[in-house]
Amino acid sequence: MALETKHNQLGGTLEAEGEPEGLDEKIHGRHPLDDLLRTERLPHIWCPGCGLGTSLTCFLSALRKSELDLEKTAVVSGIGCTGRVAGYVKLDSFHTTHGRAIPFATGLKLGNPELNVIVFSGDGDLVTIGGNHFIHAARRNVDLTVICINNFNYGMTGGQAGATTPVGGITTTSPYGNYEYPFNVSGLAVSSGAVYVARWTVLHARRLERAMVEALLKPGFSLVEVISPCPTGFGRRHKQREGLDTLRYYREHGVIDHDADLREAEIGLGSSFVEGNFVNIDKPTFLEQRAEWLAQSLE
Amino acid sequence: MSKQNQNGVLSGEFFMQGDIACAEGAICAGCRFFGGYPITPATEVAQRMSERLPLVDGSLRGPGAPRGPGMYVQMEDELASIGAVLGASWAGCKAMTATSGPGFSLMMENLGLGIMLETPCVLVNVQRGGPSTGLPTLVGQGDMMQARWGSHGDYSIIALAPVSPQELFDLTMHAFNLSEIYRTPVLVMTDAEVGHMTEKVVIPPAEEIEIVERRKPTVGPDEYLPYHVEPGEWVPPMAVAGDGYHIHVTGLTHDERGYPATSDDSAQWPLVTRLIGKIEENKDDIIMLEKDRIDDAEVVVVSYGMAARTSLWPIQMARDEGIRVGLLRLVTVWPFPDEEIRALAAQVDRIVVPEINMGQIAREVERCAAGQAEVIRVSHPGGGIHDPQQVLRTIRGAARSGV
Repeated sequence: MALETKHNQLGGTLEAEGEPEGLDEKIHGRHPLDDLLRTERLPHIWCPGCGLGTSLTCFLSALRKSELDLEKTAVVSGIGCTGRVAGYVKLDSFHTTHGRAIPFATGLKLGNPELNVIVFSGDGDLVTIGGNHFIHAARRNVDLTVICINNFNYGMTGGQAGATTPVGGITTTSPYGNYEYPFNVSGLAVSSGAVYVARWTVLHARRLERAMVEALLKPGFSLVEVISPCPTGFGRRHKQREGLDTLRYYREHGVIDHDADLREAEIGLGSSFVEGNFVNIDKPTFLEQRAEWLAQSLE
Repeated sequence: MSKQNQNGVLSGEFFMQGDIACAEGAICAGCRFFGGYPITPATEVAQRMSERLPLVDGSLRGPGAPRGPGMYVQMEDELASIGAVLGASWAGCKAMTATSGPGFSLMMENLGLGIMLETPCVLVNVQRGGPSTGLPTLVGQGDMMQARWGSHGDYSIIALAPVSPQELFDLTMHAFNLSEIYRTPVLVMTDAEVGHMTEKVVIPPAEEIEIVERRKPTVGPDEYLPYHVEPGEWVPPMAVAGDGYHIHVTGLTHDERGYPATSDDSAQWPLVTRLIGKIEENKDDIIMLEKDRIDDAEVVVVSYGMAARTSLWPIQMARDEGIRVGLLRLVTVWPFPDEEIRALAAQVDRIVVPEINMGQIAREVERCAAGQAEVIRVSHPGGGIHDPQQVLRTIRGAARSGV
């Protein structure tokens, strides 16, 4: 590849030592999704047992199945472990500031309505620091697909509590147990106006992938909340030493209920939680509303 | 006298408020996206854009972007306003937001992202008295240093300071061109007095307006490096979303490919020095100054924006009294005209700096004068313009003490 050659000619001075420089195809072979990845940036930075690998695989598979024009598809991330997704996908991809992925994505979509715009970021980024943008984009029904990886803590900074941490959750900033009430992300989205809301754990990879396809094809603000293990930051403080322990937990506690009342879809420690394809309604998007109102008013 | 062109852009003579002239300047420059949030005294810019953008042809949105009317979107706060503006620029639009002190503070982080990603866009600050909520309806110039250093880290910035509604029109238009040439956010640092002043504004016919479009890559996606510049150049060509280049951009320190390079300082060096260099090394092309009766001057007033306008009468009065006083008006405040001030300090005995803050730009003038000329501040904390008599007294005092 031309970039690689150029880079190698410069003797590696372009990029700092220690940054991943791509997998050796002779050793690792080709993966069917490699076309959608910046393979020269692999291996990724995520910990063993993290759910982000599965989430990204589901997303790329969904992207392919959606048959969207990938030349007109952009991914926007904020900051955090999930925020690194934008750096791995071989699409127009934007790694922005903490909490502000949705405003940036809103500008992209409204600036060029031909683009398919996906926001791929974490719970801390999207509903804690960026919570205001999340509810307002849902309210406007901007045509965005938001994939929110919810692992109940701030992983990249070392496992701190956030607005999704369940009551009682032990984190590095809630060492005696979290006593704040958390957000229920799916409930927040639907109450703010989202037209598509689904929640799946990474254990339910096929269902997750199908939900992502639906979300990608849905006009308007769609949310896929992905419940995902973070063994390093969260799991190991909750008797889930490895990612696999968390997947077992999901199998034991996840209850599929597509018709669940999202007002009661909270996620507690050690209690069962609902997942499913909760909401799928039709409502004019921001751009459709705008076009209709302007046409009427400027008649 | 006035007319509206086929594409909805105005031309002709108008009796126009500064904030409105700002919006019209943006539209003339090709701005087709405005992300805003209401704040006094900048609200009129958003109001005008919300009314006008749906009426103008979006064909100037940029190559590759679809036609259609311009886009106004009212965001939930100023963090989101500038976020949307950056996104729109990466969608190929010329984009702008307008705010005042509190909103300007909120925009600082994403201003840094705009600088780091090298995103053309325009940010207007109709300054009011501060700090904090301060004096929402009254004039101030207290954000001049925030304009220079407000976002974290090292960078350079371009900031313009209009003196009238006409210049608010002209400089907003020019700000778009500068932002496209240098691929950077450009600040229009006006103030409540100029923004709310209504005067004659002449909008030239479209064919007389020079509009600069961003430079697109000439190589294909396989060869394109988003942050590669050829030797002797400072600004990389820009592919945007949907152009087929599969670009990746990040606010992390990045290499020529746009990929994060955060393990040591090897990418930081070329990146930060280029972000600064592309502005500082092109100062001669960027800096605009207005000079009046400087050649024979013993005292020179250095000022900008509304404070420079308030200085016109005292300068004339002092001239009438036989005092050899001139004016150096900073049309461009950042980058700062170090060389010109240094030369001025070698020529005159005293430099008088009226500004509607407690001496922000005066300190820059002192730095450049480096003791060669005495710098006399005429500070005002905001909430009103200078009493012209006070400026006149200062000029008289400066001239006398020189004898």
